[in-house]
Amino acid sequence: MITIDWTNFTPYHSLFGGVLIGVSAIFLMFLNGRILGISGILSDIINNQKVFKIDWKLIFIFGVLLGPIIYQSFFGKFNSEIVANTPLLIISGLLVGIGTSIGNGCTSGHGICGISRLSFRSILATFTFVFFGMFTVFLLGKL
Amino acid sequence: MIYYLAIIFCGSLFGFGLTISGMLNPSKVQSFLDISGNWDPSLVFVMLGGILCTFIGFKLILQKQSPLFDPKFHIPSNKLIDKKLIIGSSIFGIGWGLSGLCPGPAIGVLVSHLFPCLNFMIAMLGGLYLGKKINNYFF
Repeated sequence: MITIDWTNFTPYHSLFGGVLIGVSAIFLMFLNGRILGISGILSDIINNQKVFKIDWKLIFIFGVLLGPIIYQSFFGKFNSEIVANTPLLIISGLLVGIGTSIGNGCTSGHGICGISRLSFRSILATFTFVFFGMFTVFLLGKL
Repeated sequence: MIYYLAIIFCGSLFGFGLTISGMLNPSKVQSFLDISGNWDPSLVFVMLGGILCTFIGFKLILQKQSPLFDPKFHIPSNKLIDKKLIIGSSIFGIGWGLSGLCPGPAIGVLVSHLFPCLNFMIAMLGGLYLGKKINNYFF
């Protein structure tokens, strides 16, 4: 049986945050016709970025960093706790990088934009990474 | 110039949304993935808000001739369901479960936990570089 963690459940904040994420994806499509996919943007910066050339991707990432800083200056520190230790963080980062590169997308590109376009590829990708994420957390709990 | 200001605004909105939604809390993300323990379904609501909003918004925007600052829309045309998609997404899922971090939130968490999150960030950028090489060799 599934037990729900009512004390940490934040339906309204999460829904509102999700809507803002959606508005940002729509706005990017309106501006330059691109899919908002963070792994794709970062991959392009890492693999194709020319030194000293500023383009929209670098500026967008800078904006993503600015968002939580603006939040903090209005509402104070936000809840954030990392459970994983350093070796686990490194392994996790490597797998996330390799996986999103091979699978062509992450939670934003496949999970939000792709599903919104009713792309079967993205729906399948999202089910796959959520399933493996759940399975991994299940195994972590058994250790 | 106006274009770049708009892009900064767009990125900030994304980062701000991530913060409000709770996505910048890796332990909260892990409790969403923890269906056998104390399950926090908040992420379902993040997805719901994001998808409903984007579903409607994309339909409206894509009726236009072109975006504001680009001659055309760049919509992925790949419809292939292949082992690359499934293998890649599986590897991503395992990595996501291990820490509760995925690419977008990892940028935002740098604000609250600069040093531990930098380990993840550098490894992830290395992974994105390696992944491209693996793509070229094996797929």
